[in-house]
Parts: sequence; structure tokens; C-alpha cells
Amino acid sequence: MTNAPHISVQNLNVQIGNNLILKDVNINIPDKKVTSIIGPSGCGKTTLLKTFNRLLDNTADVKISGKVLVDGENIYDPGAEVTHIRKKMGLLSQRPFPLPMSIYDNIAYGPRIHGTTKRKDLDQLVEHYLRATGLWDEVKDRLHSSATRLSIGQQQRLCLARGLAVEPEIILGDESTSALDPVSTQKIEELFLELKEKYTIVLVTHILRQARRVSDYIIFVYMGRIIEFGPTEEVLLNPQEELTREYVKGFIS
Amino acid sequence: MQIRLLKDRILSKLMLALTIFSVSLVALIGAGLYYKSVPLLRDNTWGSLLFSSVWEPMKGLFGFFPFIMGTLWVTAIAIIISLPLCLLTAIYLAEYAGTTVKKIVNPLVSLLAGIPPVIFGVWGILFVVEFTTGYSVLAGGIVLAVMIFPLIVSIITEVFNTIPRELKDASLSLGATKWETVRKVILRKALPGIIAAIVLAVSRAFGETIAVLMVCGNVPVAPKSVFDPGYPLPALIANNYGEMLSVPLYDSALLYAAFLLFVIILVFNLVSRIILNRLERRISG
Repeated sequence: MTNAPHISVQNLNVQIGNNLILKDVNINIPDKKVTSIIGPSGCGKTTLLKTFNRLLDNTADVKISGKVLVDGENIYDPGAEVTHIRKKMGLLSQRPFPLPMSIYDNIAYGPRIHGTTKRKDLDQLVEHYLRATGLWDEVKDRLHSSATRLSIGQQQRLCLARGLAVEPEIILGDESTSALDPVSTQKIEELFLELKEKYTIVLVTHILRQARRVSDYIIFVYMGRIIEFGPTEEVLLNPQEELTREYVKGFIS
Repeated sequence: MQIRLLKDRILSKLMLALTIFSVSLVALIGAGLYYKSVPLLRDNTWGSLLFSSVWEPMKGLFGFFPFIMGTLWVTAIAIIISLPLCLLTAIYLAEYAGTTVKKIVNPLVSLLAGIPPVIFGVWGILFVVEFTTGYSVLAGGIVLAVMIFPLIVSIITEVFNTIPRELKDASLSLGATKWETVRKVILRKALPGIIAAIVLAVSRAFGETIAVLMVCGNVPVAPKSVFDPGYPLPALIANNYGEMLSVPLYDSALLYAAFLLFVIILVFNLVSRIILNRLERRISG
């Protein structure tokens, strides 16, 4: 790794109710690379992703200990401001969840909250991020119609644009293509590859081929523990751990 | 095999018949009330019945305006008082409160819903009438507001809980605070449900009889301010039906009052259904 880590997780434990979901997780996520978190269903990979922008805070009976440093700052420090932390990360969930408003207002939602109010500035932002996600030509004539009228694939790109509009440093993707058709999936994957020039990207995926196509690094999680972490080719083609080998070959799923 | 299929077919027909029966009850009640009001309608025009303020049954003068206004005042006051309280409570319960608070508050809200109206009436006389406003439509409105509170709170909380977690997360992950998320996303998405809750509450408020009757004075004059006494339609019927029926047309007049109440609620429900449909179409695009 040439760059300093962007996210550094230290001794992280997450407990929900009586279940220990993540056990003693230590990991450094490299800057401006795509890192994929893989592992069987229920292994804690989505939970790990959600600890990065403190979305677990609203879960009932959750206990989190340990540190997550983003840019060297512990986001679980009692003094840390949660809106500021979340603004640094764009989240792309499993299915697209456009806000109940127009296409334009979806993109403008974040910037407005963070203080951009001038019509001209917002117009520019909306166009810029819709272009960045390849949506502009498809929606420029109906910016003020409801976002729910878009196709699922378009909605997902809209959600990505909406996340980018708050100028995050990190993009978190939680199985972001699992509800999409192959063409839309490909578009999202291409966007990830483009975006890693400027952003650190962390993806949760259960599709190994996708992990191989888009990521530079892979984290393999099993039963709440990190089993293996390394460059994509090494983890997938020459895993060091027995568990990883079995998962990659398809024995564990 | 044959018997299983037969059973299924018979049961489905039976359930259809029962459904039709219960739905037709609404029409039957309406028709029955109308039929009983016919004698009154023979001697009076709809206009004079609805808009005359003179209520002197002995002279055969039946003006329902004071009662209609009494009903509308009490209901409007109740909704105006309880809606903001209910909204904020429901927002708190659904979005802010921890599990412990929910575990304590939710049963209490249900308990409030189960208290018999007459107890609210007594409470109204002892506290609301005594310490604040005297017998008035305001007292009626306050008591009614407390009575519809649990209904509205539980429906709206339920509506908030049906909004997908991921939608809230989407807003939060953009750096919005909880309150911004509530105001800009959750309330917007929940609007049809909130309106449905209000509709139910209003229908309940229109018809609430005993508690309101005990505190709002029952003077057959249209109230001019919230501190005036009033005489809602249900109170009129409950106070007088069975008595004074020797007065000509009095019986018919009371059933006409019931018919009016029935029509008000019916029209109100129809109108709100139309509004709801429009809203839902607009929101879901």
C-alpha cells in the first residue's frame, strides 16, 4: 500500500442484543481504492459497512466498542459530530430509495441541508452530478417530476448522484447492484471504476466476479471476524487461509 | 379431495354473503333514519331545518343550525388541540424514543384508549369545567381532544413505522439530522397516513356523545366563541330520545338529527377518501 489508510478500524466489537456481530475487527482501508467486503450471508459484512458512517446508532440494543478512524479522527469519540461524519460518506443501499420528491430535489437535498440555497448554484450542482452518473441526458427534460417514476437502474444512479452531491470522500456500497438488471449493474460498476480516481470506495458484495471486476482489495469476513485481507488477485486466486479458500471455491456460502 | 374443494367454495360464498350483509347495514341504517324523518320533512323545507336557529319543539319550530354548529365547533377544537400534540408524540415515539420509553408509553396510550367515555366526562366536569372554561364548547373540545389522542397517536406511529428504514438512512447518510429527516422525508411520505388518521379521529369526534354532553352546556344556541356553551347533535339525541315524545314531530326531529349526523360523517369520509387517493397518486408518482 502506497497511501495512508483512509479508514482505520481498531479493536471494533459490535453487539446487537445478545449477539456478537463483529469480533475484534482490525483493518486499514486504503485511500482512493476500491475495497470489497465479501463473505457468506449473515457474516457481519453489512454491519461492518454501517459502522463506517454510524448508521448502526439507531439500531435498538446495539453496543459498539473500539475505534473507527476516518482521516485519523475517531468517529466513535463522544465529541464527534455525527452529521459531519456522515457527510463524508455517500451510501448506496441494496435497493434504490429515492426520497419522496422530484429528481431535482433529490440531488439538491444534501446541498440544501448543508447550506447551498442559491438557485443558480443548485442548478449547476444538479446538472453536474446527473452528468457524472450518466443520467443527465435521460432525465434533463423531467427534472421536476417524481423520482419514483425512473426505472430501478436509473433510481440507483440517482441515489449515487445524490450521495456525491454532498461532496463525500468515501462511497459505501451495500450490495448496490443486487436489485439491478445486468445492464444497470454494469453501468454502476463502470461508475465505481471511474469514481475511484477521486473517492475511496468500500463495497459489500456477495458476487465474487463483481468483487474481482471492480476491486483493488478484498476483505473476507466470516462469522464476525476478518479472516483475510489483501489485493484482489491474491485473495481470490491464492488465499492464505483455509476458510477463504473454501469460500472462494464455493464450499461455504 | 372433493370435499376440501367444496368446503373452500362454500366458505368463500358464505364470507361473501356476510360481507355484503355488513356493508348493506350502512345503507339500511341510512334508509331507516331517513324514513323516520319523513314526517318532519313533510312540514319543513331542508333549508329551514338546516339554517334556522329557532328550536321550539312545542311550537313545532325545529331549527338544527345551533346543533350543527355545536358539533362542528367541538370537533374542530378537539382536532386543533390534539393534532399537533399527537404528531409530535408520534414522531418522538417512532423516531427518537429508546426501547424502554416505548415499552412504558405504548401500553399507557392503549390504556387511555380503553377508558370509558363517561370517565372522561366526569374528569372534564371536575377539572376542565371547574378550573378553566366553564361549560362550553372549549371544555367539550378539550375533553374530546384527550379522547382522540390515543387513536391518532397509535395510527400515526404505525404509519411512521411502515416507512422503510433505508429511506430514513438515505436521508441521514447525507448528513441530515433526525429532525430534518422527519420534516423533509418522513412527514412527506406519511402524509396520506396522517390524513387517514385525522379522518378516523374526526369521525369519532363527530359521534362522541356522553363525555361531550357532560361538559359543553347543552344550550340550543349556536356558539359565537369557544367560551360559549354548545349543543352537539349526538347530545341532542341522547338527552331527549325516549322523553317528550308526546310532542308532535319531536320523535321525527330527533331521528332527523341522527340522519344529519350520519350524512355528515358519510360525506366527510367520501371527501377525504378522494383527497387521499389524489395524494397517494401524487406521492407515489
